Amino acid sequence: MITYIIRRLVAAIVLLFVVSAITFSIFYLVPRLAGATPESLATRYVGRAADVETVELTAERLGFYDPIWVQYGNWAKGVVVGTTYDMGAQDVECPAPCLGYSFITRQAVFPELMDRAPVTFALAIGASILWLITGVSIGVLSALKRGSFFDRFAMIFALAGVSMPIFWTGLMALAFFSYKFNITAPGGSYTPFTQNPAAWAYDLLLPWITLSLLFSAQYARLTRAGMLETMNEDYVRTARAKGLVEKRVVVKHGLRGALTPIVTIFGLDFGLLIGGAVLTERVFSLNGLGNYAVQGIFANDLPKILGVTLLAAVFVVMANLIVDILYAVVDPRVRTR
Amino acid sequence: MSESTSTLREPAPGPTGDGEPFLDVRDLRVHFPTDDGLVKSVDGLSFHVHRGKTLGIVGESGSGKSVTSMSVMGLHKQGTANISGQILVDGTDVVGSSPEIVRKMRGKRMAMIFQDPLSAMHPYYTVGNQIIEAYRIHNDVSKDRARQHAIEMLDRVGIPEPHQRVDSYPHQYSGGRRQRAMIAMALSCDPELLIADEPTTALDVTVQAQILDLIRDLQKEFHSAVIIITHDLGVVAELADDILVMYAGRSVEYGTADQIFNEPEHPYTWGLLGSMPRFDRVRSERLLPIPGSPPSLINVPKGCAFNPRCRFADLNGDLSTTERPELVDAGHNHLVACHLPPAKRRELWRDEIQPKL
Repeated sequence: MITYIIRRLVAAIVLLFVVSAITFSIFYLVPRLAGATPESLATRYVGRAADVETVELTAERLGFYDPIWVQYGNWAKGVVVGTTYDMGAQDVECPAPCLGYSFITRQAVFPELMDRAPVTFALAIGASILWLITGVSIGVLSALKRGSFFDRFAMIFALAGVSMPIFWTGLMALAFFSYKFNITAPGGSYTPFTQNPAAWAYDLLLPWITLSLLFSAQYARLTRAGMLETMNEDYVRTARAKGLVEKRVVVKHGLRGALTPIVTIFGLDFGLLIGGAVLTERVFSLNGLGNYAVQGIFANDLPKILGVTLLAAVFVVMANLIVDILYAVVDPRVRTR
Repeated sequence: MSESTSTLREPAPGPTGDGEPFLDVRDLRVHFPTDDGLVKSVDGLSFHVHRGKTLGIVGESGSGKSVTSMSVMGLHKQGTANISGQILVDGTDVVGSSPEIVRKMRGKRMAMIFQDPLSAMHPYYTVGNQIIEAYRIHNDVSKDRARQHAIEMLDRVGIPEPHQRVDSYPHQYSGGRRQRAMIAMALSCDPELLIADEPTTALDVTVQAQILDLIRDLQKEFHSAVIIITHDLGVVAELADDILVMYAGRSVEYGTADQIFNEPEHPYTWGLLGSMPRFDRVRSERLLPIPGSPPSLINVPKGCAFNPRCRFADLNGDLSTTERPELVDAGHNHLVACHLPPAKRRELWRDEIQPKL
């Protein structure tokens, strides 16, 4: 079991290294391959009326003349031990983990990310609890009452849920529940949990519901398919043959057997979400990681985009690691492998 | 023709045992409506088993053996199967009783051993856990007490080091031990009726005999009624007191093991015997397979269901293709469903069939 976790952990670290190298290349190497010169890259970081010398100096300071692996090395070193940016007039300290420095907002990226992460976390955790409860229970009921009116209705609902994009359901929900009926908080509301948990939950309620609607539809379908399979397994028949009450047969034997794919998909979904629920954050004007990435893209602020991409990658890899460990918890056959 | 099935009313005729049988199945019919038509998996089956006795149910795949056992356990999903007739377990009719009553009987009064223990045990729970669960459904005891009982049961079925093995998962057991654990689970509540559905089919040949010995020993110990369902005549030769030969959802021959092996009267039974390797006789030639394949249960052949595969069907004029033979006593409670006159059947067996086996 412990060697299993260590192996997974080493694999995760290697994966992160590869992801960071690829991401870095996309933002710094690909433009060069497409014909950008160090100078043209540097023009982004100088004033509009800068002369050639200033541009060259900036390119020099930012290391754009160095080979790509040296640039990556410097950047990776910054992530691990921190670095100092030479801004000409003054030097800027960027302590580890330095995920870059935005020359446009003149802010280090990592502290900004940490400011925004709680918003995204809160959104993802609340929504995922909601969708797990609704999605799995709808899926189980649908599978047990296969072909019934409930099943058909639930599956049409699930299809609709999957098909409706958040920027539509979110806006509709805001328009009706927040602005017409005043039941929920208007867009842009966010109270930190530490300040007032009740207000925190109230503000996030609508984003949670909107986001979970999409996922619970997906999870209902997934659970239904899994349950249809496991309820026909021999071991479910055995459970019945023991004289177990049907409720226990369904939950303890059937659902337990159907849990593995749900855990897998949940890990991936959750990892992706905490890296930035872009659409939901946009629609509800929540200042989370997703919105930060969007702002970075609009401003053509490479360090921001690179930083948020990497953080998201870390989350996805971590989520996968947790899923791998959960596998061993869920399925004893994995442990001995 | 339904007349003769209703003559099986009072004490249904059958080979072994006196007094009230523990399990008494009367005119059981299990039909499944499907899109292609009505599947008559079991169509008028009667048999019984006394405590301490073993009945072997033999037949090819699709002859209705497993459907019968599932019906006795009350395991058919409600709404998928039309079940009629009576299944009396110590006087309680499983067919007519409420699901809750049948559920409480399952595991306690009647238990089942399944074919493939790897898929029949839950892969995510330890063997001990699954035995404990079975025990605690019907016995209001603490977890520790149930665990103690599980260890005792594992010991009883011959699992070495049961204290450790109780915490292993099914996949950590070998095939034979898994089946032993399955038996321990089935016997944990001391059931009066044990149904073993192909208990050795998924096992290594060397392990099969051990499992059969185990079932026999445990039956003596628990004095339970046992039904062995199999397509392997070798298995029932080892264990059964009585044998019921099934074909297309009906019984074609029902008698004591001695009658079935030494004086079989139905051509289908002859076919089964001919396709079974035996070491107690000098081997003559090759094994003789039964030509053709089992009939569709939606379109069962008219007349005798076995007639398209029967060498002797034309000896009866067109009777075999027009009228279904009823199961009638050919003497000594040996029931046979065949149009051939009993004397002719015995003559064929003696002169044509037996010498070739």
